[in-house]
Amino acid sequence: MRNVLTIIGKELRSYFVSPVAYVVLTGFLLLGGWFFFNLLSRFSLLLTLYLQFQGGQGAEAANRLNLNDYVISPLMHNLSIVLVILVPMITMRAYAEEKKGGTYELLLTSPVRTGEIVLGKFLASFLFVCLMIGLTGIYPAILLAFGNPELGVIAAGYLGLLLLATAFVTVGLLTSSFTENQIIAAVSGLVATLLLYIIGWPADTAGNVLGPLLRYLSVTEHFAEMVKGLIDTRDLVYFASLIALALFLTQRSVESLRWR
Amino acid sequence: MIEVQHLTKRYGDLTAVSNISFSVASGQILGFLGPNGSGKTTTMRIITGFLPATSGTVKVAGFDIFDDSFEVRKRIGYLPEHPPLYNDMSVAAYLRFVARIKGMPKAEIADALDRVLTRCGLAQVADRVTGHLSKGFRQRVGLAQAIIHNPPVLVLDEPTIGLDPHQIIEIRALIKELAGAHTVVLSTHILPEVAQVCEKVVIINAGRVVMEDLLTNLTQGQTLEDVFLRAIAQEEPPGGEPHRSEPSHGVEEADL
Repeated sequence: MRNVLTIIGKELRSYFVSPVAYVVLTGFLLLGGWFFFNLLSRFSLLLTLYLQFQGGQGAEAANRLNLNDYVISPLMHNLSIVLVILVPMITMRAYAEEKKGGTYELLLTSPVRTGEIVLGKFLASFLFVCLMIGLTGIYPAILLAFGNPELGVIAAGYLGLLLLATAFVTVGLLTSSFTENQIIAAVSGLVATLLLYIIGWPADTAGNVLGPLLRYLSVTEHFAEMVKGLIDTRDLVYFASLIALALFLTQRSVESLRWR
Repeated sequence: MIEVQHLTKRYGDLTAVSNISFSVASGQILGFLGPNGSGKTTTMRIITGFLPATSGTVKVAGFDIFDDSFEVRKRIGYLPEHPPLYNDMSVAAYLRFVARIKGMPKAEIADALDRVLTRCGLAQVADRVTGHLSKGFRQRVGLAQAIIHNPPVLVLDEPTIGLDPHQIIEIRALIKELAGAHTVVLSTHILPEVAQVCEKVVIINAGRVVMEDLLTNLTQGQTLEDVFLRAIAQEEPPGGEPHRSEPSHGVEEADL
């Protein structure tokens, strides 16, 4: 456990002593703010338009407009796409840089178990995405201060966003463990996370067996349910399995250097 | 302290190290010599547990490097070919990190850090970021990380490379000081260095041990250069067994 904490400390330090953390956080919040601003302007535009209708029809339509469906839900979907791109860039250096810089030799010849290395690196990246996603909480907080969105739905959506980001982190770490080239780590991580994101697209035309399977494999499918406010055990199991599988494969990949 | 027996390492078709055996007694400094590409680094990487061997065994302090890798790694300090530095960390932060992952008790780390900074002449750069250091300083930080946890066994891959003559003298003195309390495997291209520092010499060429002997036996009336050149020029004997003036595997002199 001590080793895990030591590695978490080292990893987090390297995020924050270099400009990486600040660039990623600023970029993520900048994009988040842009999405939020535009979604909110559209919402207020729609609201004014509906209220201009004569009679009860307009007011009824305006009543159906709500902040959860028109602002928070699309915001989460937009942020999830940004995470597809940003997370592999956060994780690309995790193993690749150590291999290139020769520090991998230090780590692997120290009395530290590979599981501890994998766990330490995972938890550090996990804490970092927690911070990223946590900071976007200002947008719903603004809505809560001036409007009345449903808090439960927001919470479920955030849980979904966090699980999605965590799954992407483990996939990014896995691809980083395969190579000493950070670009390869980032590109293959991006391809893998994007594939997880879009693998459900042919589900409707893929037949009765493959269709549901592709749908089940798709991150989006499970994430979308949570953004709607539905927390289903099936979705939680999906994310937990994906995270566990990627971590396990990463541990094997690191350990494989010791195989004869 | 270190026993290498019939070690072979193949990378695909390439045989980097072929059936090599040698031993290092406790407290001894072994000079590990050989031309570039002769398999020195590969052997050292296997001894430290970084790479697995294709066949053969290595025992460090009685522990098998494959079965008890963890125990071996606790007892080894390793300076690889390129000092394994995190370029965005300060020297002190880096050495503290190394001390922690080497399993040093927290209470001892501050003292160990002070000691090693003084010993390796790093006190004035303790707060500098390692990425901005000169090659000589980087090499010394590399040496500092290898000895900070006071390991019984040290494996040093060309420790004086990139240092200026003054620093070389200091580092040699330091390594000499380590003898007795530490068992050291030292690879180098600088033969006078071996003559000054080492008690025992192993010369490998093309992945085979061509010479293993105490320095005093080797240099009777001849320079180490002559010994080295003759050893690496020598044709392989028909039997395939390399020349060895010492009893094979040196088991007789192994300390237990």
